Amino acid sequence: MAEVTFEEATRTYAGSEIPAVNKLSLEIAHGELLVLVGPSGSGKSTALRMLAGLEPVNEGSIYIGGKDVTLAPPQDRDIAMVFQNYALYPGMTVAANMGFALKQQKVPKEERMARVQEAARILDLEEYLERKPKNLSGGQRQRVAMGRAIVRSPQVFLMDEPLSNLDAKLRVQTRTELADLQANLGVTMVYVTHDQIEAMTMGHRVAVLRDGKLQQVAKPSELYSSPVNRFVAGFIGSPAMNLIDCERVGGDLHIDNVVVPLADGVESSLANMSDETFTVGVRPEHLEFGQEGIAGEVVVVEELGSESFVHVHVKHQGETLTVVVRDEGETSTQRGDNVKIAVAGKTHVFGADGARVQGG
Amino acid sequence: MKRPDVAPGNGGNRLVSLALTLLTWFLGLLFIFPVVWMVLNGFKTEAAANGTPTLDFSPTTEQYSEVTDKVLFGEAFTNSFFIVLISTVFVMILAVPAAYALAIKPIEKWRDVLFFFISTKFLPIVGAILPLYVIADWLDLVGTRTVLIILYTAMNLPLAVWMLRSFFAEVPRELIEASQMDGASLRGQIVSVILPIVAPGLAATALLCVIFAWNEFFLAVQLNFADAKTVPQFVRTNVNDRGDFIAKLSAASTLAILPVVIAGWAAQKRMIRGLAMGAIK
Repeated sequence: MAEVTFEEATRTYAGSEIPAVNKLSLEIAHGELLVLVGPSGSGKSTALRMLAGLEPVNEGSIYIGGKDVTLAPPQDRDIAMVFQNYALYPGMTVAANMGFALKQQKVPKEERMARVQEAARILDLEEYLERKPKNLSGGQRQRVAMGRAIVRSPQVFLMDEPLSNLDAKLRVQTRTELADLQANLGVTMVYVTHDQIEAMTMGHRVAVLRDGKLQQVAKPSELYSSPVNRFVAGFIGSPAMNLIDCERVGGDLHIDNVVVPLADGVESSLANMSDETFTVGVRPEHLEFGQEGIAGEVVVVEELGSESFVHVHVKHQGETLTVVVRDEGETSTQRGDNVKIAVAGKTHVFGADGARVQGG
Repeated sequence: MKRPDVAPGNGGNRLVSLALTLLTWFLGLLFIFPVVWMVLNGFKTEAAANGTPTLDFSPTTEQYSEVTDKVLFGEAFTNSFFIVLISTVFVMILAVPAAYALAIKPIEKWRDVLFFFISTKFLPIVGAILPLYVIADWLDLVGTRTVLIILYTAMNLPLAVWMLRSFFAEVPRELIEASQMDGASLRGQIVSVILPIVAPGLAATALLCVIFAWNEFFLAVQLNFADAKTVPQFVRTNVNDRGDFIAKLSAASTLAILPVVIAGWAAQKRMIRGLAMGAIK
């Protein structure tokens, strides 16, 4: 039995034709860390809020632990939420903040203080228990927000971009700690972020949303290697996959007169399709410089130490487009060099409607 | 040579800066002058008070003893305290839920409701006094404290709703949502989360209501005969139509503003925070 189920859940704001969340169907298993990811306006925060009970569900249903909670208020759902801005109660100490929910449930003081103490220990907050939020750093506040959720031992944890207000280094560190915490506590967590790197590193599974619709939900590795459409392909992975529109010539796809090697079975699938334009996707790490290949001129070299990303201008179908190639850390390629790019790995093909062209 | 401590933009012109400082002081003193004059007059004899305003006089408390000797003095202050306190409490009890309904869970027509509230202030009170008197008479309330409590509550309610609404609207929505997730009932949300945050705003609003109710003269004069005279009426009794007894009037007036000044002084820390709260996120 799934811990959380969205069943064709839809939310349309008054005065709007297009739903913010459009017939979302998703199952989240007990103990799973599921990440909802997508660009701004994709509906991920709205979906989370629907699960929290902070947004009404206009159509469809939501189940938590097998119970239909579609019409239940937040107080009755046994869930805890960590907000993007932490939403700590300003007039209360850290201990009072963390104990607030228990107080509302009329938990006896002894037990309340014990649970707060335990959560503070897990999060390394013990010395801050008597402080007020305004005297805490951003990272400490974030942990208090977590503590407030942990103390309640809810069925599901909801996190709404909890790391987005932290500086880059702290974000990376906290990311790992969060994933660790979730694994240790074994709690079901639904995590919303717009940062696809966060999604890929943390999620057991990742659900990609766009314009309110679920594009694909799968393990990070599967999203990366087998994106189901053009959008997911371009969204997941940094730097982004190179996506090049190609016209079919003969039975093949060309980039600048060079035939693109296709995965097994894709060629025969192509033959069965009537479209003339397709999108070819190749990740930067699956391209390399060589003696033969697509001709281009280097315009930018990004040296990151462990690797470099070389941006190359390529002439294709009468226009100039930029292809990004991954090179070794200490590359000798320079701006202005004339290079040849060869495909040395997996290619993806997407039809005119954006859907993946499968092999077989 | 060290440059003078003047912010750039004046061209470092000390003369301009000095002139502006003098002007500011002059205007400040000009505004405070009538109040200072009034306070000083309360300590002068009638003859001295009627002369040109001067700091050169021998202070006397004879005006104050005369004023406080009157029977009405004690009565008026007691009545005013009672009326103002009760009406302000009523206003706050009514305005807080109204502000919640308009700010936190706004009903669809909240702007219209706000406009309705403020529209009740459009009518000059003089235009309404006749029907008000008739109703008060019909209810046997003329000359009672009750009628003033009711009317002052009605008079201050629009202001309180407007002010409290804007303070409530400053409460971050996420904070209220967090308390809902934590299982707080409506009462719990208001008491534990919202009120502590808007407390400075409540103080500011309450103080304004107190000031307006305390100083209200027209309704008090029209609807009171004997038993329920308030402080503004009492002040009026200290002067005749020719403007004599200006020293006594000054003493009475100083006494009249004293409670509100003290309340304001005590509340000012909270109030300044309350009035500036909108600027801080």
